[in-house]
Amino acid sequence: MAGVLARLLQGSKTNLGAVGPLISFSNVPVRYESQQAKTKFGPLSDSDRIFTNLYGRHDWRLSGALARGDWYKTKEIIVMGSDWIINEMKTSGLRGRGGAGFPTGMKWSFMNKPSDGRPKYLVVNADEGEPGTCKDREIMRHDPHKLIEGCLIGGFAIGARAAYIYIRGEFYNEATNLQVAIAEAYQTGLIGRNACNTGYDFDVFVHRGAGAYICGEETALIESIEGKQGKPRLKPPFPADVGVFGCPTTVNNVETIAVAPTICRRGGSWFASFGRPRNSGTKLFNISGHVNTPCTVEEEMSIPLKELIELHAGGVIGGWDNLLAIIPGGSSTPLIPKDVCTTAVMDFDGLVAVNTSLGTAAIIVMDKSTDIVKAIARLIMFYKHESCGQCTPCREGVAWMNKIIYRFVEGNASPKEIDMLWEISKQIEGHSICALADGAAWPVQGLIRHFRPELERRMAEYAQKCGPNHKNAGNANSVSLILSLTKSTTNDGRRPREGAPADNCSKRFYKYLKRRGADGRTSRRRSS
Amino acid sequence: MFRQPLSRALSLPVLGSPTRVARVCTSARSMQVQSEGKPQPEKVEVFIDDKPVYVLPGTTVLQAAAQIGIEIPRFCYHERLAVAGNCRMCLVEVEKSPKPIAACAMPVMKGMRIKTNSDLTKKAREGIMEFLLVNHPLDCPICDQGGECDLQDQSMAFGSDRSRFTDIHFSGKRAVEDKDIGPLIKTIMTRCIHCTRCIRFASEVAGIDDLGTTGRGNDMQVGTYVEKLFLSELSGNIIDLCPVGALTSKPYSFVARPWETRRIESVDVMDAVGSNIIVTTRTNEVLRILPKTNEEINEEWLADKSRFACDGLKRQRLVTPMMKSCSGELEPVEWEDAICAAAAAIQNCPPDSLVAVAGELADAESMVALKDLVNRMGSEHVYTEHIFPLQGSGIDLRAAYLLNTKIANVEEADFILLIGTNVRYEAPILNARIRKAYVHNETEIALVGPEVNLSYNYMHCGTSPSIVQEFASGQSSHPVYQKMMKAKRPMVIIGADQLKGPEGMSMLATAQQLAYNLEISLSDKNWEAALDIGYKPGASDALQANPKVVYLLGADAGYIDRNMLPKDCCVIYQGHHGDSGAEMADIVLPGAAYTEKRATYVNTEGRAQQTLPAVTPPGRARVDWKIIRALSEVMGQTLPYDDLDEMRMRMCQISPTLVSYGETDTNSFMPEVIQLSCNYQKPLSCELDVEMKKLSDYFMTDPISRASPTMAKCVQAVHKQETNPY
Repeated sequence: MAGVLARLLQGSKTNLGAVGPLISFSNVPVRYESQQAKTKFGPLSDSDRIFTNLYGRHDWRLSGALARGDWYKTKEIIVMGSDWIINEMKTSGLRGRGGAGFPTGMKWSFMNKPSDGRPKYLVVNADEGEPGTCKDREIMRHDPHKLIEGCLIGGFAIGARAAYIYIRGEFYNEATNLQVAIAEAYQTGLIGRNACNTGYDFDVFVHRGAGAYICGEETALIESIEGKQGKPRLKPPFPADVGVFGCPTTVNNVETIAVAPTICRRGGSWFASFGRPRNSGTKLFNISGHVNTPCTVEEEMSIPLKELIELHAGGVIGGWDNLLAIIPGGSSTPLIPKDVCTTAVMDFDGLVAVNTSLGTAAIIVMDKSTDIVKAIARLIMFYKHESCGQCTPCREGVAWMNKIIYRFVEGNASPKEIDMLWEISKQIEGHSICALADGAAWPVQGLIRHFRPELERRMAEYAQKCGPNHKNAGNANSVSLILSLTKSTTNDGRRPREGAPADNCSKRFYKYLKRRGADGRTSRRRSS
Repeated sequence: MFRQPLSRALSLPVLGSPTRVARVCTSARSMQVQSEGKPQPEKVEVFIDDKPVYVLPGTTVLQAAAQIGIEIPRFCYHERLAVAGNCRMCLVEVEKSPKPIAACAMPVMKGMRIKTNSDLTKKAREGIMEFLLVNHPLDCPICDQGGECDLQDQSMAFGSDRSRFTDIHFSGKRAVEDKDIGPLIKTIMTRCIHCTRCIRFASEVAGIDDLGTTGRGNDMQVGTYVEKLFLSELSGNIIDLCPVGALTSKPYSFVARPWETRRIESVDVMDAVGSNIIVTTRTNEVLRILPKTNEEINEEWLADKSRFACDGLKRQRLVTPMMKSCSGELEPVEWEDAICAAAAAIQNCPPDSLVAVAGELADAESMVALKDLVNRMGSEHVYTEHIFPLQGSGIDLRAAYLLNTKIANVEEADFILLIGTNVRYEAPILNARIRKAYVHNETEIALVGPEVNLSYNYMHCGTSPSIVQEFASGQSSHPVYQKMMKAKRPMVIIGADQLKGPEGMSMLATAQQLAYNLEISLSDKNWEAALDIGYKPGASDALQANPKVVYLLGADAGYIDRNMLPKDCCVIYQGHHGDSGAEMADIVLPGAAYTEKRATYVNTEGRAQQTLPAVTPPGRARVDWKIIRALSEVMGQTLPYDDLDEMRMRMCQISPTLVSYGETDTNSFMPEVIQLSCNYQKPLSCELDVEMKKLSDYFMTDPISRASPTMAKCVQAVHKQETNPY
């Protein structure tokens, strides 16, 4: 708790003194020079924070934003030219903050092709729907001018005529704040005609979604802006060729856009000085679940997971030893159990090394009181509900996985179905139009990878309780498997002949069959 | 294995078809034209299963594979529809790509190495197949698609050999409520695999956005959003497109299995397009009609009347010769009696009082025979039922009455002016082409005439023909005229309805003046063969001149009324349906319908095509030209042809185009036609009007469709829909 207080106090101190981050720039030791030797990441010093009003302790309107250094020398940045901006973004090593981690500078440089007469657009993905993620909304309600300034700079860099901010429908207050901020920016000439007196015309529009998770996928989002059903498009053509209204488009996450002005002001190499190479920068981490103080915090990339939780979230409830597993990057990333969490490093490469992914850096902490199978099952139900239904693997596969995993919750399945579920998740992964299906398959894979014994234990328990073959009547293999599981071999060590009651267990099974009727179905349904 | 042959993806002519030679020629010609245009981009080399293939950039992997004969399985992909890429069945492995790619949507890239048979590919296909089958009911034994089901075929080829869908014991499969979308299409929506072919067809080809998906994920349903009927003149095509048994033919439901039936390739005669069809028969009964691909005519679509009116072939048929008894009732007689009576009537008739009228369903053979017979008797009175202006070039030059640009070339037109026609119902297939041009070629379309729903946007220029005259005069500031003048390949289509009235000639001459390439859509009338043979259009004058014998060859359009004829006039009707012609006849000679004879029909482009006998004529009905040949023999005027070959030789003497099957004549005498007709331009005053305005007018237009219960249900359904608030 004390740590949190300290953090908050520090934050406010910075804000009081920060007329503009540029002033503090020269005071900060030049960290990128020692990049090679850097081994310690985090905690982030307050002078290096980009989002200085993350907690809404200050005015979010234009006057407050100006006081925090937003819109400072925006014109000078634009005058430097789009090549310079894109180069700074490349130097900064900023990778997309929406989950996929595509280098932003490279993405923007795709838009540098000679124009064929079509206008270009910047689309900002503010459809923050990933369970566990709550970073963009903090930006939009407490620091909307960072986003708008980012739109102008990013839009100018790619030569866009306008920016569309597609905001999640449920974010009513955020959309309101954003709209107010846009109006302020228009009124003061920061955007609109001759934005910031640069001679560049730039509009920003807000489009509110209707609450579909899939509309966070860039092409589905484009479809939704166009007024169609939010269903992902086939790629190629990529949005950089054919995007919103058929024009070249770049789709970026809110956080990516919002950090762009600060990167331009303080220099790409400043941003690159944080984190490990290829994973540079600062990042908003959302820590939720079984921690003492769930929070959203800006931290340096590559900070160890354990340190991050203990420093900012007050540690796991009941101490680190009470930790069961962590989902490190939003609900679509595979979970990692405690022993992996202890050493995991919070950046793109560090998490890939432990078979998971940084995603949106939404850390969901689960302590030992969690029913881990049920937790994952609930996530799969979410993905089943949010699947757009366009392509086969996602439409059919995720619904099927959902059925299976809810049986796993109570153990009403045979152990060989664990492998089957694994295979199904592999059949889904990488075979669909968009990445939603991948996101549905990964949590299941994480669960099986790390909690297979738990699944098997539940199945054995259920088999013990409800008779060995419970609902899998007619499935001879599962009979023998369960028989072997309950260590019920015949006296001479052979497996009992299938279909013949050889020992107590099988006799019980036949008795059970008789009780349930010949087809072996029980009347018991899974609790839903 | 696939119902869609490989060649379709390549759009090469189907080998072995009767029109093969002609089509090879024309496609070669069109390729020549292509190569004369802008230079082809350089081909790129890709490797499919290590075989090199050179394709144009932009070709998809699936098309490239088809070029070397490798079929990649697919459900949602269809050559004539936009790529959806949602079934994922066509996933193939590409070297250096971590994920398999969808072959139907991925354009080839230089040096791409595609593996259509690798483990990864096979695994991906098996996985997709498993997912599709998870919620697909196993009701193949009672499914009408059985035997011609893509899912069935491909699951045999690419699926797993056993099921592991254990959840069938717990929660079962998805069930979806069936939808009532009309009297033609039966839906069993539980079988739907959501390929969205039907949706894409409806919005792209048919031009009605009635079909779509509602719901998300596993609850997604294909349907009409609100409960309404899917009524289109092309609706039946979604039955063919559906890869599973979700959309099947309602009239054909539970009738037959595909392996029990014989399939005969034939030609449709219900409209002037001459769509190629496959007649499916069993035990001497026409069960259903399917389209046959012909790139130059109907591609692979078929209009609903052509497809579903076939049950009219079993009803209202004339199965025995009949004669009017003293009481005025038609009574069955023997062939001898009927033929002798007809022969006597014709022989006793003064030459000038013998009039023959051919209807729209008459074939070229019988018309030639009838004309020969009537001419031998010294009469020149052979007419078609429908009217066409005789002044100017009249019917002497084919260019005056044909669709000179050809159906396939409609796609290339950049401006189309429609004059007094509702192409959508007069020739649905032609309208589909115009829509294709509209969608893909951004062709601009203008209409003079009653405002009708053509399934695409057009500029309406009022109903007064004077605007056409204004255009023809060359001095008009009308924006439509400006656009037409700017167009590189403009086209004019005039509806046959406009040529009937007293101002028909003036109308035609004006339109001819307007456009070098004049097209005439002859609506639903099959009269090109009659005009080729030398039948004069419009019989009303001759019929008013007190004829003694009137020989009606399938003339059922209702233009001829018994009251027009003198009391003592003997009416001989030869045809296949008991319709208005037979009703007023004194002697009825039962003929064969188009599915029952080998006969020649000429479509609106002037393309001769022949039907093949799928079933035998019912009862004592006979093939038409043979009836006339028999009659001539009884009359002592034996016509000089004993079999079909000799018959065709005679046709060839009259016009070689009648027997050059599948070909169209490109040598047009249009300048001469315009020269001859230019003096006939007169001020036009009548407002333009068309016969078929609504969908309900479309279904029952000829003896076959009037006898069809299915068509009657369609009309009812349209009326019902009209009262539907949605």
